[in-house]
Amino acid sequence: MISNIQNNKKITFFLLFIITFILYFYGKEIASYFDAKWIIKYPKHYIFPISKYTSLFVKWLMDEATFGIFSFRDLTRFIAWLIQQPYNLILALISKGFLQGQGQDAVEILPPLSWISVITIIVSMALYTKDKILVALVAFAFFYLVIFGQWESSMVTLSSIIIAVPVGVIIGLILGILSYKSEILERIISPILDLMQTVPVFAYLVPILVMFGFGPVSALIATIIYSMPPMVRTTLLALKSIDPQIKECGLMSGCTERQLLWKVLVPVSKPTLMVGVNQVIMLSLNMVIIASMIGAGGLGYDVLASLRRLNIGVGFETGVAIVVLAIALDRLSQAFVNIPARKRKKNISFFKKNFNIITLFIFIIVIYLLSPFLPLIKNFPENLVFNTSLFWEELVKYININYYDNLESFKVTLLTYFMLPIKRFFLGIPWPWFITILTITGWYFGKLRLAFLCLVLSLFIVVTGLWEKAMITLYLCGSSVLIASMIGIPLGVWAGVNARANKALTVFIDTLQTLPSFVYLIPVVMLFRVGDFTAMLAVILYALAPAVRYTAHGIKNINNQIVEAALICGCSPRQLLFKIKLPLALPEILLGINQTIMLALSMLVITALVGTRDLGQEVYIALTKADIGRGLVSGLCVAFISIIADRIIKSGSNKLKDKYGMI
Amino acid sequence: MKKNPKLICKNVWKLFGNNPKDFLLKHNNNPSDDTIKKEGYIQAIRDASVEVFENEILVIMGLSGSGKSTLVRCMSRLVEPTIGEIFFEDINMGEISKKELIEIRRHKMGMVFQHFALFPHRTVIENIAFPLEVQGIGRNEREKSAMEIIELVGLEGRENYFPKELSGGQQQRVGIGRSLAVKPELWFLDEPFSALDPLIRKEMQNEFLRIQSALKKTIIFITHDFDEAIRLADRIIIMNEGKIVQIGSPEDLIMKPADEYVKEFTEDLPRERLLSVKSIMTKDQNSKYDVTVYENEKVFKIVEKVLTNGIVRVIDNNNKTVGSIDKETVSRFLYN
Repeated sequence: MISNIQNNKKITFFLLFIITFILYFYGKEIASYFDAKWIIKYPKHYIFPISKYTSLFVKWLMDEATFGIFSFRDLTRFIAWLIQQPYNLILALISKGFLQGQGQDAVEILPPLSWISVITIIVSMALYTKDKILVALVAFAFFYLVIFGQWESSMVTLSSIIIAVPVGVIIGLILGILSYKSEILERIISPILDLMQTVPVFAYLVPILVMFGFGPVSALIATIIYSMPPMVRTTLLALKSIDPQIKECGLMSGCTERQLLWKVLVPVSKPTLMVGVNQVIMLSLNMVIIASMIGAGGLGYDVLASLRRLNIGVGFETGVAIVVLAIALDRLSQAFVNIPARKRKKNISFFKKNFNIITLFIFIIVIYLLSPFLPLIKNFPENLVFNTSLFWEELVKYININYYDNLESFKVTLLTYFMLPIKRFFLGIPWPWFITILTITGWYFGKLRLAFLCLVLSLFIVVTGLWEKAMITLYLCGSSVLIASMIGIPLGVWAGVNARANKALTVFIDTLQTLPSFVYLIPVVMLFRVGDFTAMLAVILYALAPAVRYTAHGIKNINNQIVEAALICGCSPRQLLFKIKLPLALPEILLGINQTIMLALSMLVITALVGTRDLGQEVYIALTKADIGRGLVSGLCVAFISIIADRIIKSGSNKLKDKYGMI
Repeated sequence: MKKNPKLICKNVWKLFGNNPKDFLLKHNNNPSDDTIKKEGYIQAIRDASVEVFENEILVIMGLSGSGKSTLVRCMSRLVEPTIGEIFFEDINMGEISKKELIEIRRHKMGMVFQHFALFPHRTVIENIAFPLEVQGIGRNEREKSAMEIIELVGLEGRENYFPKELSGGQQQRVGIGRSLAVKPELWFLDEPFSALDPLIRKEMQNEFLRIQSALKKTIIFITHDFDEAIRLADRIIIMNEGKIVQIGSPEDLIMKPADEYVKEFTEDLPRERLLSVKSIMTKDQNSKYDVTVYENEKVFKIVEKVLTNGIVRVIDNNNKTVGSIDKETVSRFLYN
């Protein structure tokens, strides 16, 4: 009976496979035979102009919508003003100085903090964690910024981080707490967060651009919106996972609701909350370059400008500066998460207790007062600044002259024998059949609900007329994920079975994940110029990490008794791996591939800059034309692709886990 | 002697499911077990009525899922009973406002939790002073009272440790200390020693009895360990599937188990070590035998006396004769 069902399943799979291939090879003939061209190409006049309506709606919102006393435009202006104030303050403090007057005629009233002071503050923070390696790392990073002439730009970037992170954290915390308290709100917020994390950033840059105009404030708002969702999720998760007895204990001690929240729940979940803060910092840094498309200055702008001019040397140099800043801030914030609670010292005076802070404060004031008289303090001497951009340019030139043929043949081989077949396959399958297959898959893994979701979301892509672009996205994503998995899963297995490999790979993977997505474009563009291949390489680099991490985690977490049982049965190491460990780690590996797909899709939008013709390009064009509807609709298409993939793979993983009794 | 009830539960029900109140009303507040199951409800507590007397140790005993934790949480209003009334010192707990409830918890109740529920970010002294802190008592004053408690629970010198630096037994000492910080009148202990090793459990039980002999609180103590119940209890409530099966002194339960379920718990116990002479003697105020034993002595201590003398006289603490006990009774008690 059971084998019968199994056989039926196999036959069904086989049939579907055959039909798919027949349709792929003969789709055109069949369509022309029945005179039904719509099978191949969705007819233009049936495209539903959602993007047009969206644009009209936003136009109405901006021009006419009011809340009675004030209009929508007033509201956006007010928000912009609110964010502008602290940003200006910080910017003046660490970068521009306090100025009076506008533009060229501005007179400096007070200078900004000297680079010496900023470095001292940051290094003191590192000192506070008592982690010597961290101190060295942070000091190195910030001295790098000074010595390589990136100081001014990096301080502009740092100012926006200093504003965006606390605002994102606070809003995230509040939303998280509210959705913890109200189940209804949780149900409303959760799908919105899903969308926010899957819609590519570019897509919501457009409405922000329209609502808030071009400039640093828009960039800040985009950064906040982009970096906040994980904070909401972490807060909710942290509060929910508190031991109910702790909560009961708070109640039995007679806490009011407010006391319970601020004296018990929030402090108890602080370690988890700090992980959320770290996430916000990382995502804010990730936005540094992207946000410069709508007016952020600083390092991001420098990278973007040099990429646009294909000025590889400068781009690389600034890219490294962003990486250095990102790594320093990431490690610093992580170290703050892990500071062990210290014993309270009793009976010491205020002065003694805060000795370090007071010393630091005095030092900064002294430096500040000296800065007008000592140019060394005000600005790092220019003749000491290193400029490496020429070196990089020469290096690239050298590589291109000497290794051009090798690189080129590598590229052409992969393009013709790997990428193009995949591309033809996705573009060749008639869309009605593709949707049918998706729906059947949805049905198989998640019954009616998932089947319906797959059907509706994929139909949306068809009726908005973006099917072909979506297929190109799919092909780029598919081939990148395929290669990323082929590299990542073996690496993960290696890390899972070998402790030393694990250590080395963890450092490598952590670093990969710290880098802003944009940075990956720089080296690949240097070597392979523009095109699908370049995009794929960048995507692979960016999306590799989760494949490694989840696989290693899955392998390491296998119950040790099972391994021992297998060894007692006489498994060779090879058998142990292939017969026991890999099958048991499969659900986890699937989740890793899922994450890889998510990252690949988000990166694909950015690779539109190197000339792919997929949904990402569509979003990017919308951004340059400030066409809200177009950007939003194509952004939604990307989001829907990732939602379909996510739901199907997750249910597959859960199905497996359920089968093995791992839930 | 008339005993004062400190806390009274009257016909408390707790069902989980959709709109359990209406469901109960529909069935005259007395649906059968089958009806409850059939309509998809889960019965946590079924018609529980209890009186808790002042200064007694009342142990609620049952296996996991028997509803004992829920019953205690209904008493402290951590869980809202579906129907039924709870009176604490004549206050109807169901009718008081949130604010009044907070006040009662701040001054009259304390609770110890199975997994300690210590706040990991606070030191021992900060954990113990926490209930005082939420009342708004200043730092110096609350830390002074906390220090007294720390001495009481034997943690001197560790007041600035964090919970994770303590052993399990020490952690629960902190939990006990914290629950005593407000000098509560009603003290809930929810399986306080279940998470500890057997040896430490015994030590903590002794510690608990020592503290109780000094403080004389009204105590509601949950456990799933019958030995522990017998050791500590003045009275025991046995619960099964949400129902109170029997309420009585340890001796009552052993001598007159209400049903098979209770019997199963009591069967394998060393009864001669748990029961006193009183519970098996023949009542007879006129017996004249020379050899005497006290009625409160445990049976195993008098076996030899009875067996050598055939029959002995039982007297109470005032040397008044209250009965007798003979060889046959003791043998039957020991060997059946």
